[in-house]
Amino acid sequence: MIQEHLDIQLIAIVTAVACALPGVFLVLRRMTLMSDAISHAILPGIVLAFFLTESLSSPLLILAAAGTGVLTVVFVELLQRTKLVKEDAAIGLTFPALFSIGVILISRFAGNVHLDMDAVLLGELAYAPLNRLDIFGYDVGPVSVYVMGTILLLNLTFILLFYKELKLATFDASLAATLGFAPTLIHYGLMTLVSVTTVGAFDAVGSILVVALIAGPPATAYLITNRLSLMLTLSAIIGSVNAVAGYWLAYLFDVSIAGAIATMTLLVFGLVFLFVPNRGLIAIARRRTRQKWEFAQTMLVIHLFNHEGLPEAEAESEVAHLHEHLRWDPAFAAQVVKYALNNRCVSQEETQLTLTERGRTVAQQALVQ
Amino acid sequence: MIVAIGAALLGAVSGTLGTYAVLRRQSLLGDAISHAALPGIAIAFLLTGSKTPLILVLGAAVAGWLGTLFILSIVRLTRIKYDSALGIILSTFFGFGLVLHTLIQRTGNANQAGLDTFLFGQAATILESDVLTIGILGGIAIVIMLVFWKELKLLVFDEGFAASLGLPIRALDILLTSLLVIAIVLGLQAVGAVLMSAMLVAPAVAARQWTDKLSVMMLLAAGFGALAGVGGTIISSSASRIPTGPTIVLCATVVVGFSIVLAPNRGLLWNRLRYQRNKRNLKMLGGQLFQSEEQ
Repeated sequence: MIQEHLDIQLIAIVTAVACALPGVFLVLRRMTLMSDAISHAILPGIVLAFFLTESLSSPLLILAAAGTGVLTVVFVELLQRTKLVKEDAAIGLTFPALFSIGVILISRFAGNVHLDMDAVLLGELAYAPLNRLDIFGYDVGPVSVYVMGTILLLNLTFILLFYKELKLATFDASLAATLGFAPTLIHYGLMTLVSVTTVGAFDAVGSILVVALIAGPPATAYLITNRLSLMLTLSAIIGSVNAVAGYWLAYLFDVSIAGAIATMTLLVFGLVFLFVPNRGLIAIARRRTRQKWEFAQTMLVIHLFNHEGLPEAEAESEVAHLHEHLRWDPAFAAQVVKYALNNRCVSQEETQLTLTERGRTVAQQALVQ
Repeated sequence: MIVAIGAALLGAVSGTLGTYAVLRRQSLLGDAISHAALPGIAIAFLLTGSKTPLILVLGAAVAGWLGTLFILSIVRLTRIKYDSALGIILSTFFGFGLVLHTLIQRTGNANQAGLDTFLFGQAATILESDVLTIGILGGIAIVIMLVFWKELKLLVFDEGFAASLGLPIRALDILLTSLLVIAIVLGLQAVGAVLMSAMLVAPAVAARQWTDKLSVMMLLAAGFGALAGVGGTIISSSASRIPTGPTIVLCATVVVGFSIVLAPNRGLLWNRLRYQRNKRNLKMLGGQLFQSEEQ
C-alpha cells in the first residue's frame, strides 16, 4: 500500500516536472495554447498507432502521436503563412478538426479495439503503477516512471544544451536570427519536445489536464521572479508541490487524481496571485491606497504652502475650508488631515492647520517636480 | 429532422457570435469557456439534485462566465499574457469539474454517461424542446447583439477610439463575452466541449474570406454554420457509427478550406492568378522599356 502511494506520487512528480520545463518557454513565448492544440490533435495519431500496436505504452505509439503533434504545429504555421487566418484562429481551426478525425476513427472501429476514450482524455493516474516494468524477472517499478523519466531527461538535456539559444530566441527572436541562432529550428525543437511530453503525460493525466501541468507552474513562477533560471527551478518545484498536494487531496476525498492536481494548480496560482510581494493582488491594492493618501496629503501641503504667510492664510487653513477649496468630502478631508498629522507634515491648533518644516519640504519637492 | 434543425440553428447562432471572437483574436476563448463550464454543471447538479437541462445549462453558463472573468482579470492585473491565462483557467477549471464529477459518481446518484456527453455532445438526443431552447436563447442573444450593434462594432475594430468616445469598454467587453457564453453553453449538448470552439471559429473564418463588411460576414458565418450543421447531421445519419458532433466540425473545416482556396480577392487561387498576371504585365512593361531605350 505504501509502495503504491510512493509510486503514484513519483509518477506525478516526474510528469509535472517534465511538463513544467518546456512550459516555461511556452508561457514566455506566448504559445501556451499550442500545448492545448497539440494535446488534442495527437488523438488521431494515438488511435492509428494503437490500431497497429494494440498497446497504449509502446514507443511506436509515442512516436506516432508526437509526429501528429509536430504536424499540428506545421499546419498552424502554414495556415498563418497564408495571411488569411490569424494565429489564434489557425489554432482554433486545426486541433478540433484533427481531434474530430480521431473521435470518428474511435467510434467507427470501437468494436474492434479496446481503446477507452476517457483514458485518453482524462487519464487515470491510479492505474499507472499497475503496469510494471520487468527486467529479467525483477520488478523495477512502474513503466510510467521510466517513460516520463526519459522524457524529463530529454527535456532537461535540451534546455541545458541550448539554454543560451532558447533564452535569446525567446526574448529577442530577431537578434537571435541575426546572430545565426536559427530561431525556427529552436521553435520546432521546442515544439517536438512539447509533443513528446504531451504524449507521454496523457497516459497519466489525460490530454486536457496536460495543459494545467504545462501552463500552471510556469505562470505561477512568472508571478514570482524575473530570472529565467530561477523561473525554471521554481516551476519544477511548484509543479512537484501541486502534484503531491493534488495526490493527497484526491486520496482524502477519493476523487480523480489528475483533476485534483489541476485543482491544486489553480489554488496555488490563486494564492501566489494574491499574496506574492510587489506584484500580488494584495500588494497592488495596498500600493494603490497608499498612493491615494500620499497624493491627497501632497495636495493638502501644497494648498497650505501656497497661502502660507499671506493675508488670507487664516481662512484658507481652516479644516472646514478644504471642502470648498479642494472639493473634498468633509469626512475624506478629516481623514487626509489625520494622515498628514500622523506623518507630521502639518500641525493642528483648534481648526487651524499649519505646515511643519517637513510638510514645507514635501510641498516644495512636489512643486519642483 | 429535429436534429438537423437544431444543428442548423446552433451553427447559425455560433457562427454569428463567433464572428466577434475571431475578429477580436479571441478565437480560443470559446475553447476555454466550454471547458470551464464543467464544474458549473457539476455544482448545479450537486446543489439541486436535478438533471433538468435548463438548470445544468445555467450552472455551465455561470462557471463559463466566471472563468472568462478570471482570464480577463489575470491579463489586466498581472504580466501573464492572454494565452497562458486562458490555458490555466481552461485546464484547472476542467480539472476541478472532474474532481466534482468523480465525487458525484462516488455517491452513485448520477449516470456514468454525463461526462462523455459533456465532452462530445450527443446531437442524436436533441429533442423538440431543446430546439426551442436553442432558438429562443440564441434569438435573445442575437437581438441583444443587434441592439448594441454600433457599440460592439466599434469595440471590435477600434477599442481605443470607443474608449475616447466615453463608451463603457469593460461593460461592453463583458456583454460580448456573456453573449459568447450563451452560444457556447447552447452548443455543449450537441457537439460537446472539445469541439464547441470549432463551431465558433470555423464559420467566421470562412466568412471572413469572402467579404470585408461586418454585416455581410456575420450573415455568411451564420449561413456557413447552418450549412455545416445540416451537412454534418445528414452525413452522420447516412452511415452507422459516425458521431454527429465531429462530423459537423469536419464539415465546417471543409467549408473553411474551400473558402481559403477559392474566395475571390483574398483566396489563395485568386492571389496566385493575380501574382502571375502582375508578373506578365511587368515583363511586358520591361520589354517596352527595353525597346524604348534601344531607340
